[in-house]
Amino acid sequence: MYKIAKENLSALFRLIAETYGLYLPVKKAGQTNFAAWSEDAEVDLMTLKTVKSAKDAFFPQSESLYTVKKEGKKMSVEPEALKEQNFVVFGMKACDVRGLEVLDKVFLSEPVDTFYAARRDHGTVVALACHEPEETCFCKVFGVDAANPASDVACFPAGEELYWEALTEKGEALTEAVKSLLAETDEADGVSVEAEKDAIHRMIEKLPYMNLSLEGWNGDVLSEKFDSPLWEELYKPCLACGTCTFVCPTCQCYDIKDYTAGNSVSRYRCWDSCMYSDFTMMAHGNNRTSQMQRFRQRFMHKLVYYPANNDGMYSCTGCGRCVEKCPSALNIVKVIKAFQNQGGEK
Amino acid sequence: MQELINRAKELLADGTVARVLGWKAGDLPYNPEPAYFETAEALEDFVYNGFCGANLSKYMIEASKMEGKTMVCLKPCDTYSFMQLIKEHRVDREKAYIAGVGCKGKLDIEKIRARGIRGIESIEGAELTDDAETLKIQTIYGEKSLAYADGMLERCHVCKGKEHVIFDEQIGESKETKDAERFGEVERIESLSPEEKFSYFQSELGKCIRCNACRNVCPACSCRKCVFDSNKFDSSQKANVDSFEEKMFHIIRAFHVAGRCTDCGECSRVCPQGIPLHLFNRKFIKDIDELYGEYQAGADIDSKAPLTDYTFEDAEPSIVGKRG
Amino acid sequence: MPLEKKEFKPKIVAFCCNWCSYAGADLAGSSRLTYPADVKIIRVPCSCRVNPMFILRAFEKGADGVIMCGCHPGDCHYSTGNYYARRRMTLLFSMLDYIGVESGRTRVEWVSAAEGVKFSETMNSFVEKIYSLGENVRLGDLRCKN
Repeated sequence: MYKIAKENLSALFRLIAETYGLYLPVKKAGQTNFAAWSEDAEVDLMTLKTVKSAKDAFFPQSESLYTVKKEGKKMSVEPEALKEQNFVVFGMKACDVRGLEVLDKVFLSEPVDTFYAARRDHGTVVALACHEPEETCFCKVFGVDAANPASDVACFPAGEELYWEALTEKGEALTEAVKSLLAETDEADGVSVEAEKDAIHRMIEKLPYMNLSLEGWNGDVLSEKFDSPLWEELYKPCLACGTCTFVCPTCQCYDIKDYTAGNSVSRYRCWDSCMYSDFTMMAHGNNRTSQMQRFRQRFMHKLVYYPANNDGMYSCTGCGRCVEKCPSALNIVKVIKAFQNQGGEK
Repeated sequence: MQELINRAKELLADGTVARVLGWKAGDLPYNPEPAYFETAEALEDFVYNGFCGANLSKYMIEASKMEGKTMVCLKPCDTYSFMQLIKEHRVDREKAYIAGVGCKGKLDIEKIRARGIRGIESIEGAELTDDAETLKIQTIYGEKSLAYADGMLERCHVCKGKEHVIFDEQIGESKETKDAERFGEVERIESLSPEEKFSYFQSELGKCIRCNACRNVCPACSCRKCVFDSNKFDSSQKANVDSFEEKMFHIIRAFHVAGRCTDCGECSRVCPQGIPLHLFNRKFIKDIDELYGEYQAGADIDSKAPLTDYTFEDAEPSIVGKRG
Repeated sequence: MPLEKKEFKPKIVAFCCNWCSYAGADLAGSSRLTYPADVKIIRVPCSCRVNPMFILRAFEKGADGVIMCGCHPGDCHYSTGNYYARRRMTLLFSMLDYIGVESGRTRVEWVSAAEGVKFSETMNSFVEKIYSLGENVRLGDLRCKN
């Protein structure tokens, strides 16, 4: 384990940016999101949760796949190049790291998504332990340890220092590259890291959603949950916007569209949301015709379909972004609780 | 709040209404959700406090298609939206029993969070009956406090007043919370240079994630199918692909509701990226007021909307460059 | 193709109503009056047909200036179309100005079928204005730039 004084972080970023692309939480017009580092960017490591998750760095909201160009009577197809530069995503949290695991199972299993795979190959994740967890957090429910992110490099802020621990080969390589700025640690440092971890764990126990139970949610309850009359009640406040989907670290559905720019057509993909009426639209129309069905899809996918296909792993990491951002104050926690209450009564 | 619940129970019991549209207590101190209540037992979860910011007028479009009457709780500013929807024949007046509920300004959890308040366990002082001017917030990191006005939504600082423009009965007291100029921010932007204006809007709209929450929550956005949802329309309605699409979307959306927007502020309230979307709507409102006479959408039932009206002497478009 | 700095050739879109302005353009042509070839005319049934989205689309696809021409107020073939168009364009142009698009890039002129001279003069002065403003970089889609 190494350490670096917090005041030296900007030097660290500068050094990383010499050899790597660097994405980190940047505050822009009052909101913090992951963005490319630059000398004048306002880096914000204090905000616990960026508005959007760090998913963008590996699976951007929109990306071009190829462009068809017309010159005179000739047509040419130019595929988009895969990511070739190594990059670092600094400041992800444990829940977002779990989000990547969820995406991996989708995009890295056959047929492999080459765009995503290239980014995963070239990306190094430096994650931060969550200094002050918030009331909307419930990552522990999904077995995520906010104090010990499972990334390439795990960082622990404690006092004026940031402790740095490489966990994978990629992490070691990055550590080598920035070693000039890192200092060795001694036993006392180990104690303060443990103290910080303990403090995080203690705080997590106090959070209101800690006792949320996932009992009854698994891959085998498809018909029971799908046919439940509860959905008819639950979906009603839903406005059918895509906020929950777009801030989610695990939502992975996308749409493929064409953009006509006069002499060229670019085919790109962009995130889609199951809340939208044109989600999975086909030639014959749409197979989910009501908002109730679309609403149900989101939660069934996260808590039933995904675990059924991925050895029981849920496609939710408990980051709580949807809890914070839903315009109608709906969220996955309310859905889980509603089913529990119903179980208790009947 | 109890008065409201009692009245709702009475109306349900005597069959005047088939359901009540209000707010259901959330699982955190600040997240009540819009909900329908059909029985007296269900009303136990009913809540009405400072966090009930949602404008329920929009839900009345759906409720108008349901069997029987709906008792809907509307705050003074919400009634403007409802009136506008009646005018546009999007809601059925006969299907609504409007409870004009009192309001002393609604709270914005984002503003509270922006003060660095996190780990919230309970919030005292958000109840409507409470005269306290301070919010006492218990967090897992200690007790914090905040002046009520500092936690208020932007729209409440330019409150339209405490009068309900349409109601069947009024329940509870209201308080006018206006303490800022409605067009102050618009005027500030107007006075900037084109470069400054552009960089301001570029950085604000650059945050847009195209979630469409602003559109879906908007009572004036009541088209059955939005042009931006058409797959025959060459638009990236779901992607923030380039700097153009967001501008296009927000300008067209604001334009489409120009003269119909009551300035209820829901768009800015729901934006997950905190984009001050009301600044678009207010620019149109300000221009309309200056060029075609003062007009408040939803204030009455029979006035002609500015964009469906004209006079021979209207200003020429060249006025834009001349006003400076 | 070797990279060379091209001289700025503005792209200008003119929406002309079928009954007055388009006929005005015709008259300009048959009277041997000139206007720059940078102006591309799109004929619309009435100035009122011009949806604000048309203007934005034109900018998106690379226009440097957009001008709309219609019958003089009072002379609309459909009686009132240009009155509505006038209000709409005023508000839209004001909004574009508000977000930082120079107000010189948008214009409305009323040109009757008898005003070939005015049509030519209007286009000449508008093109000149766009030359002075230069390329429109604030309201276009980057994908249309190459």
